[in-house]
Amino acid sequence: MMNPEKIPLWRNAKFINIFLQGILIIFLVLLLAILTNNLSNNFQQLGLTFGFNFILDPDLNSRFDIGDSPIPYQATDPYSRALLVGLLNSLRVMISGIILAFILGVIIGLGRLSNNWLIRKISTFYVEIIRNTPLLLQLFFWYSVVFLKLPKIDKPLIFFDSVFLSNQGLYLPWPMGNLQTFLAALFLIIIPIFGVIIWKKNDQNIIQQGINNKLYLILLIILIILVIFLIIWGLDWQIPQYERQLKTIQGGLTLSPEFATLLVGLTVYTAAFIAEVIRAGIQSVSQGQWEAAKSLGLSSGLIMRFVIFPQALRVIIPPLTSEFLNLAKNSSLGSAVAYRDIYAVASTISNQTGKSLEMLLIVMITYLTINLIISTGMNWLNRLVQIKEN
Amino acid sequence: MFNLSKLTTKLPSLILTTSLLILPLTACNGGKTTNGNTTGENSQTTNSRLEIVKQRGNLICGVNGEVPGFSFVDEKGQYSGLDVDVCRAIAAALFGDATKVEYRKLSAQERFSAVQSGEVDVLSRNTTWTLSRDTANGMEFAPTVFYDGQGLMVTKASGVSNIEGLAGKSICVLAGTTTEQNLADQMRKRGVKNYNPVVSDDVDTLYAAYQEGRCEGVTADRSQLVARRSILPKPDDHVILDVVLSKEPLGPAVKNGDSAWFDAVKWITFALFEGEELGITSQNVDKFETSEDPNVRRFLGLDDKLGEGMGLPNNFATSIIKQVGNYGEIYDRNIGKPLGLERGPNKLWTDGGLLYSPPFR
Repeated sequence: MMNPEKIPLWRNAKFINIFLQGILIIFLVLLLAILTNNLSNNFQQLGLTFGFNFILDPDLNSRFDIGDSPIPYQATDPYSRALLVGLLNSLRVMISGIILAFILGVIIGLGRLSNNWLIRKISTFYVEIIRNTPLLLQLFFWYSVVFLKLPKIDKPLIFFDSVFLSNQGLYLPWPMGNLQTFLAALFLIIIPIFGVIIWKKNDQNIIQQGINNKLYLILLIILIILVIFLIIWGLDWQIPQYERQLKTIQGGLTLSPEFATLLVGLTVYTAAFIAEVIRAGIQSVSQGQWEAAKSLGLSSGLIMRFVIFPQALRVIIPPLTSEFLNLAKNSSLGSAVAYRDIYAVASTISNQTGKSLEMLLIVMITYLTINLIISTGMNWLNRLVQIKEN
Repeated sequence: MFNLSKLTTKLPSLILTTSLLILPLTACNGGKTTNGNTTGENSQTTNSRLEIVKQRGNLICGVNGEVPGFSFVDEKGQYSGLDVDVCRAIAAALFGDATKVEYRKLSAQERFSAVQSGEVDVLSRNTTWTLSRDTANGMEFAPTVFYDGQGLMVTKASGVSNIEGLAGKSICVLAGTTTEQNLADQMRKRGVKNYNPVVSDDVDTLYAAYQEGRCEGVTADRSQLVARRSILPKPDDHVILDVVLSKEPLGPAVKNGDSAWFDAVKWITFALFEGEELGITSQNVDKFETSEDPNVRRFLGLDDKLGEGMGLPNNFATSIIKQVGNYGEIYDRNIGKPLGLERGPNKLWTDGGLLYSPPFR
């Protein structure tokens, strides 16, 4: 009889594990070695060198202009500056896109659960159309059918003598960068914090006593009026001027049609997915929770706020994270509609310098970093809303 | 790896299957690289792109496809233009059949990596020969087939009459081109501030944006402006300003470090010039078969063995002229007649132009 202690080596689970994983590692290393060797051979053959020094070299000018730049930039700046402009342009569209897509997504998601037949149907229609057509196609649609078809610059649409809209951009009043604006902006940050604190207090009050405290509501209204006053008179607004002879608009904030295209395209597209995430999240909360809350005599708005939404949030956040990540990655499609994001700037640089591999690596690392930051933030949020058991 | 190790405790066979799946994958990859890309390892003569192309039996040619006169796809899917005819000439020389070309439409951004990675054999895509492209980008430029210069086109409605008039306005420009840099250079030189470049990846998108009035002006090679203006809805509404911003020598290019293939492409291009200089056209080439002129006889491969030394058929020039024509015919067919562009510097050296072929001997 065989000794049960002595398992042959080829049937020992532990050995098999280590052995097979060892083989896998060898294969991966081999694959990597073949690819690296191939790459270095090709580089050698083409007479190319690998290195990142050219990016920071102040003697190497980028030698191209970027129209849509949030920071001062000119063609005599080094490549690093051009990349920074691209990065800021990417972040600009990613951050505003995430905020807007979330807001729109929540509205549409709730719309799909609405009792109103029309709202429900419109929301479903939106989600199905947007979700089932490619983003690139939608971007081309927004660019060539919507934004390029706006009136030309010599006949712009003018609203209240201060907002101009043409197919060269949206021109908005924008606060001047001076002390008055700075102080007002400071207050505009502080006041909402008070607002949130009061709001939270009121929530607690509702939970404990079941009614809104009038005092809190009055305080909130005062704060809102204060904010409106600050926005209108506190900030030092600069109003864009239309120069009829030169046919140009100077001053204020200009949002290029390319930025608008990408922002609207990404927002509309991602919102459709977010809407589904929100809907699924809310539907995942069992019907019994609604009934229980109703039996306590809560109104449907309060049920949503205090019972359903906190529970739905646990289901919503993980898929929401991946939608945010998708939006961030999809922003690289901007180069298709002439938006100068990091990807577009990097490919121009790689085209000029021949450093395609280096630029590819930089772009990859940039997107990786941005996405890791987003998911770290969302994971933190996720931990915050999870059920805590002590 | 973490999940994998968890799995293996339950299903060791799964990882075995994975390994077995990866095994042929790596083998396949390794085989491909040694055949196609790492020509540097093996001797140049046996593994030149020239041999690869000949064995494959057709030429893969990178073109633009969006510039009438240079390369343009018609409604039947047929390519035509000067750049396309260069591709056809190479195919005629290699295989005696000008139709053995597979065209790849490449954007300005894609084109160099397409050559470097061997996706296309030759790039014939109105590409400007510059120092950095010749060196840092790992390209090798065959003779220039079109001497061009950068121009500016504006709408008549904009009222702009010179470069300075574009201050504070938008200019459409193509991404990844020399044009993008020249524009920045010229604006700096002339002190024009606040102009707004709208940089597009795609020629069609670029001109669509210009046409809609997104930009007051568009800048590109002058030939391209003339060509694109001809297909705008109202060509007369657009003016090409009387300025030349740069030198733009356009010609075919191949990957660096493959002299056999480069030589072949270079001399095939020269053959187009030489054919015109000798007065040999696609119409009269047969009559020259009996010519006594030693230059003609060598050129047509009747005497000597000039082709063989390069790995081409001796009569490669005859095939080119018969099927594609000489440079003058190609120019008239694609650019002179349809676009009405004067030959200017693109005349033969004997007519005061810049086209000059070293001797075929």
